[in-house]
Amino acid sequence: MANTAVADAGSGLSRAELAARHGLTVAGARPTLAAYVKQVWSYRHFITTYANAKAVSAFSQARLGQAWQVLTPLTNAAVYFLIFGVILNTKRNVPNFIAYLCVGVFVFTFTQAAVMGGTRAISGNLGLIRALHFPRASLPIATTLTQFRNLLYAMAVLVVIVLATGEPINLEWLLVVPAILLMTVFNAGLAMILARLGSKLTDMKQIMPFVMRTWMYGSGVLYSVKVFEENLPALVAQLVHINPLLVYIELVRHAMLENTPLTSSAPVLWLLAIAWAVVVGLGGFIYFWRGEQEYGRG
Amino acid sequence: MAELNSPADAATTAVGERIPTVIVDDAHLIYRVYGGGNGSAASPAAALRRIVRRQPARQTLREVHAVKGVSFTAYRGEAIGLIGSNGSGKSTLLRAIAGLMPVNRGAIYTQGQPSLLGVNAALLGDLSGERNVELGCLAMGMSPEEVKKVAPEILSFSGINERGDFASLPMRTYSSGMGARLRFAISAAKRHDVLLIDEALATGDARFRRRSEQRIRQLREDAGTVFLVSHSIGSIRDTCERSIWLESGLIRMDGPTDEVAQAYEDYMANR
Repeated sequence: MANTAVADAGSGLSRAELAARHGLTVAGARPTLAAYVKQVWSYRHFITTYANAKAVSAFSQARLGQAWQVLTPLTNAAVYFLIFGVILNTKRNVPNFIAYLCVGVFVFTFTQAAVMGGTRAISGNLGLIRALHFPRASLPIATTLTQFRNLLYAMAVLVVIVLATGEPINLEWLLVVPAILLMTVFNAGLAMILARLGSKLTDMKQIMPFVMRTWMYGSGVLYSVKVFEENLPALVAQLVHINPLLVYIELVRHAMLENTPLTSSAPVLWLLAIAWAVVVGLGGFIYFWRGEQEYGRG
Repeated sequence: MAELNSPADAATTAVGERIPTVIVDDAHLIYRVYGGGNGSAASPAAALRRIVRRQPARQTLREVHAVKGVSFTAYRGEAIGLIGSNGSGKSTLLRAIAGLMPVNRGAIYTQGQPSLLGVNAALLGDLSGERNVELGCLAMGMSPEEVKKVAPEILSFSGINERGDFASLPMRTYSSGMGARLRFAISAAKRHDVLLIDEALATGDARFRRRSEQRIRQLREDAGTVFLVSHSIGSIRDTCERSIWLESGLIRMDGPTDEVAQAYEDYMANR
């Protein structure tokens, strides 16, 4: 009756054979990598619209509304200025410490927000995933784009701060563009890795804030990682130097600030930045694609 | 059988063999549910004790076996009703046919990409109705030009602007009926090969229900195969020749709608 192996009494074929004969495909099967790239590309309008919509809806219930896109980084900078600039008057042997700090915080926040958004990209959108058919990589990519948008507002604030603290504008500033683009690729890859992990391991949401805090301390956001060399074995200190977030933060600092101390030479930093973007960006996409058919299960 | 094959030209191959569009082969579907533990199992001390003693976390991870081995074949030109009491696995089965949820065991084969026409598509509550229409259409794979063309039709079909300019208000301010109408209007805007309809007829007021039934008839004429999940036996009798009765994740009966619906009604009356 309901569970017979033969689909059609007349033909005597099994269901799988009948499906193959009429060219039916397995529902929700994973596309090939090339087909998947094509699918994601054809959904680019969905990705950008979704990313913008998310950014707008984040502040839609606040009275000041979209003004918070600029007010958030500005308030952030004001807090650091109050604590480190006015109260503690910190220098830590770094020239123009306020600008140094703000670059670190804003650039780090980009990755932090992309990571947190990526972790929830699948697990927080199960309703959408179980209702509509679209390449799931759209979701972590869209979260990264939302954060990229926020970073652009933060960068505008940053330019004002950097100029106000007496840095001159020069052609080197243009290097910010490739540095941030490489970082965006890196963040998108990271968001995709964490989206897949977060869809299976429901505890990721609780763990990630601690991981990010640790990562911040190792990325020279609040101080130069030079202090690590005095207290850590040489090998571990070397590992800190290839830390991707440190690399991206230092590149932006190098482009915008005149006399900022670097942990590695600029060419080495650029090579590391490219390598991290390629490895994590591509690796993250492939890792995410391999789980494509599983995301609806939750 | 002749009257079942309404698009008579393409429903059979040259040798008169019917063309299958959906083949479900011994499909099992299991939900994994975290949380929901109660009483002592929910305290941190109990959770720690379980971790220390390496007991399986039986209260935090539970499995719900929603569909337990279902097999059937659907052919081109058929409209199939899925009936059964609440929680019998109807909606879950539709999600699996649509490829939105992978089967745990067995297999489901489909022709092309079936589309689930549900009222559950989660949209963004903080965005306006118009923006949600745009986003929903893009998520169904339309191009921005197509979206511009169909968006006014969707808004007027949903009728949310009949009492003032609601389309520019955030969706969280909509009544549940208005939200459901807009969601149905969005998903009905596209043509589909295999169409899966989940309780879509039950949304909105009587006037909207009449309009949506008419829209579904149109979509049915375009689609190869239609599945309809509904608790309204009347609408199943109106639209489907064949019905499958699911109970607790198993097929209880599969056959002509008249017989299956009669048996189902007798069964429900005696409970």
